[in-house]
Amino acid sequence: MQSNAALEYDYTVAKLYTYTAIVFGFVGMLIGTLIAAQLAFPDLNYLLGEYGTFSRLRPLHTNVVIYGFTVSGIFATFYYSSQRVLKVSMAESKLAMTLGKLQFGLYLIAAASLVVTELMGITQSKEYAQMEWPLDLLIVVIWVIWGIVMFALIGIRREKALYISMWYYIACFLGVAMLYLFNNMAVPTYFVAGMGSIMHSVSMYSGTNDALVQWWWGHNAVAFVFTVPIVGMIYYYLPKESGQAVYSYKLSLLSFWGLMFVYLWAGSHHLLWSTVPDWMQTMGSIFSVVLILPSWGSAINMLLTMKGEWNQLTENPLIKFMVLASTFYMLSTLEGPIQAIKSVNAIAHFTDWIPGHVHDGVLGWVAFMIMAALMHMAPRMFKRELYSKKLVEAQFWIQTTAVVLYFTSMWIAGITQGMMWRAVDEYGNLMYSFIDTVTVLHPYYAIRALSGVLFLTGFVMFAYNMVMTMVASKEITEEPASATPMA
Amino acid sequence: MFHWLEKRPFFFAVGVFLVIAFAGLVEILPNFAEASRPVKGLKPYSVLELAGKEVYKKDNCIACHSQLIRPFKAETDRYGQYSLSGEYAYDRPFLWGSKRTGPDLHRVGNYRTVEWHENHMWDPPSVVPGSIMPAYKHQFKNVADLETAYAEAVTVKKVFNTPYGDDIQPGKAAYEAELKNKILPEARKIAAQMKNQDVKDMVAAGKVPEIVALIAYLNRLK
Repeated sequence: MQSNAALEYDYTVAKLYTYTAIVFGFVGMLIGTLIAAQLAFPDLNYLLGEYGTFSRLRPLHTNVVIYGFTVSGIFATFYYSSQRVLKVSMAESKLAMTLGKLQFGLYLIAAASLVVTELMGITQSKEYAQMEWPLDLLIVVIWVIWGIVMFALIGIRREKALYISMWYYIACFLGVAMLYLFNNMAVPTYFVAGMGSIMHSVSMYSGTNDALVQWWWGHNAVAFVFTVPIVGMIYYYLPKESGQAVYSYKLSLLSFWGLMFVYLWAGSHHLLWSTVPDWMQTMGSIFSVVLILPSWGSAINMLLTMKGEWNQLTENPLIKFMVLASTFYMLSTLEGPIQAIKSVNAIAHFTDWIPGHVHDGVLGWVAFMIMAALMHMAPRMFKRELYSKKLVEAQFWIQTTAVVLYFTSMWIAGITQGMMWRAVDEYGNLMYSFIDTVTVLHPYYAIRALSGVLFLTGFVMFAYNMVMTMVASKEITEEPASATPMA
Repeated sequence: MFHWLEKRPFFFAVGVFLVIAFAGLVEILPNFAEASRPVKGLKPYSVLELAGKEVYKKDNCIACHSQLIRPFKAETDRYGQYSLSGEYAYDRPFLWGSKRTGPDLHRVGNYRTVEWHENHMWDPPSVVPGSIMPAYKHQFKNVADLETAYAEAVTVKKVFNTPYGDDIQPGKAAYEAELKNKILPEARKIAAQMKNQDVKDMVAAGKVPEIVALIAYLNRLK
């Protein structure tokens, strides 16, 4: 191929992960809405016998939205954008192509096994690391394959300098690899004792050490799954969709290296007031506050990229999604550090304010960004217009309402709970029994369930729009330069 | 320097790795030996208790219950003495949880009885009006996996030197002996305080339902 000829990119693998992002997004959010409703209406616990209780379904929800929806989104956008920023096609490397498809096949097997084992209750009972050792091994294989594909493409790139998005994908690969391996170190009991279940294992670490390693992972799964690759996405898709150059290269450097260095320290803020040493707790607290800088650095860089072009916000719903995503990213990365201050954490920890915080991040930032990216990609991958602009607009407002309802209700619920747990009467006795602090939350749980229904509705609209784009929308001959064409 | 790095993916990746690995080295490693020391007199979990811990994990109690009492008066008044690091020395994994939709359970063994747990797991609102916890009736029918629990005891004894007695040995014969001498008698003691006839019948027939193992575990949390 001549170096000046237009490249024909190959989207086979990107398309496959787009499909799974849609399917897992729907399933994960459906389960999420169900378990939200269970807290308001406990009778809903008995729809599926022992497999349908809140406690069994909750990790299924988190796993399907994280490792199903989000990771599919990460892979889909990676297989799409890395070709473009590296100026190579997947079709040029047989190795990358074969491994990419193999990775997808293994990913499906892992996803299916995850769902089955979670429902059966086969779990390490570590949050966001529930999978038992055979699945862990499979995940390692999938992840290593991703790394090989990434560096195979980088190896044959035409654009010598790595674009910002690639920095973030590389960091995602390395960070998750390191954390995942250390956190899942376990000894399968069958091979030592020669009896019992082959799936069972015991953690290499005990008690406080286990907690430290787990939250080093738990917090940084947030960093390297929910933040790093998503920031990588917005650095690619917002400039592409708006036709604007990234506002500041220096700011992107500062934010990237700052984020890399600071994020890992903050894990111990999940263990404030616990039995880990005070100095670690303090480090976690301080670095959480420092973390505002690189987080806001990226977000502000993105908002300033729109400088002078804010009219696009009214004209292009995908810009709306991305601008609101970076705004929610700012909200979430301010809220997190506030919760990591020890005195605030004393009230906030163990309450519903925490899931509230998580969800303004994952719904408002992660899901918004992934959906916008996929809608940007669809016309370019399937060579058809996006099916309906009206639908995107409606989806935007329904889901924004959902996110606002979610975090406001959980703020109130969390602070109510935290204050009631510690309330004492004039003689210094506890004022409320525990159950008082549960029943008082009913209205907020009901609002949260409603917010789940709304967000899910928006997601169904998104899924419908995507499917119709693939099969029924108007064909386009030339690739759009910036704004995504939509009917 | 950054322009140089951006054109050299290998060194870029090494740079990123060093920067992210640094925090773990400084923050996590130094405390490792210290934090794994048990408090004085701490006994390892019995096999039945381990089986109960597996039920706790299987039905994912940590979704709603913590096992970590923080050093505040409001918490020590409600739950008892605040938690100490050494109390968790034999907890693999740790089960602190991160959300209290229900109350903390780290010392639940101090103030709840077998009878209370039996009624509560069968129908929570009958014991705690207004409770939103689901019933766990399947625990009264499902049989606890004692063999795996025994395998866990053997493993932690062998690999991590958890101080079990000579009765914990690899092999079927040792397991059968443990079952007869320790596990079943312990289970019978709990079943004797329960009223569910199916549970009593199962234990009499030499099988241990999940609920019995779970109660053994919960009673151990003190």
